[in-house]
Parts: sequence; structure tokens; C-alpha cells
Amino acid sequence: MRVYEVMFIISPNTEESDVETLITQLSDVVTNQGGNVAKIDRMGRRRLAYPIQKFTEGYYAVFTVEGTGSEIAELERRMRVTDAVIRYITVRIDQELKRADKFKAARAKRAAAGRTSRSSRSRSHAQADTADEEGE
Amino acid sequence: MSYPRPRDDSRRDDRGGQQGGGQRRFIRARKSCRFCAEKIDYIDYKDTRLLGAYIPERGKILPRRISGTCQPHQRMLAEAIKRARNIALLPFVTA
Repeated sequence: MRVYEVMFIISPNTEESDVETLITQLSDVVTNQGGNVAKIDRMGRRRLAYPIQKFTEGYYAVFTVEGTGSEIAELERRMRVTDAVIRYITVRIDQELKRADKFKAARAKRAAAGRTSRSSRSRSHAQADTADEEGE
Repeated sequence: MSYPRPRDDSRRDDRGGQQGGGQRRFIRARKSCRFCAEKIDYIDYKDTRLLGAYIPERGKILPRRISGTCQPHQRMLAEAIKRARNIALLPFVTA
């Protein structure tokens, strides 16, 4: 199963109530396609870093979607035809989170090894670096 | 596997070698990768506060020779900044 993060911007001239209905509509698209919206993060109105369709601010929202990928295709298609959505971006995050976990595990392992055998070396990198410097 | 360590940029400054004359080499304090120090494994593109520290006025990505960020983290950082630009969290250019 894949995990995606879909962030989109809703144009600032939509009503507050319409924003909510649009968000539920879009999350329904995902659930109807067999996906699961794990989390909806409403970041609220923000200034855009650059104008998009002459808007200088927008309403940001993020979906965390679990699924196979077909529901993402449908969601993106829906967002393209919806005028209120002025920009969207989909990021697949499961691989990146897995990689982050791997780093974390490796670090934990290294810390454990450091405690038993080479206690002074390689605790944190900053410390390891200063130790190097003294050695030179 | 050894963990990526911030590169020592101060070594670059001694291009002339020993025969350069009597001048003492300028030794700069060693830069270190902030992400390694804070044990950040994943750089989130939504975290504008963090990313903002790596874009100077012009809106460009701060090179790692300036910031001291290690190569793996610089790669993650660049990716995150580009994503943030795409969704208008960060500017492409600042006039």
C-alpha cells in the first residue's frame, strides 16, 4: 500500500461553508475509489509566495491518503476540473518515511554499539567531529 | 555503513600548499550539518520556517558550501524546497 500527501489550494473567493463542502467532496472521491483518507489537515488561509491566477492568498488543505494510486488519479482529475482548486501537489511519502525510519534505526543501533565497545567515539556527529579535530 | 558527516570546507582554502610563502593559513571554524546535529531524517516541504532559513533574499537555494549541510541532507533539502515552491509556500524568485 502506498501513502500519499495531497496538498491543494482553494481560491480565496469561495465561501467558508463552500470550502468545507469541497473538502468533504474531495475526500469522498478518494473513499469511493477504495482509498482511505487517513488525515485531513486544514492549514487555513495563507499568503501565496507568488500570485496564482491573480490571487495573492488561498486556503490550504492537506490530505494524507492511503491507497493503491488509482484514487489519486481520480482525485487529481477532479481537482483539475474544479475551478475553486487553484493548485495541487501530490507527494508519495511512504518510501521517504521508510528511509527516515531506516536512518533512525541505524542511529539507534550505532548508539547502542557505541555504549558497549567504543564508548567515547561516535555518540553524536558533532561530538565525533570535535574528537577528530583533537586527534589531528 | 558510515553516517554522512559534514564536509570539512576549511581544507579547500589551502590550495597554494606549503610553498605559498610565510603567510599563515586562515583556519575557518568547521561548519556542521544542522540536520545531522538535530537528527532530522525527513525534511518536510510544509515546514516553511525551517526551509526559509536556506533561501537567501534572492530566493535561491543556499549552497552547501555556505551552509555546511551534508550531501544527503542537502539533497533532501533541495527536494523539499522545490516542492514548497510548486505549491506557493516559497517563492521561485524574489525581485
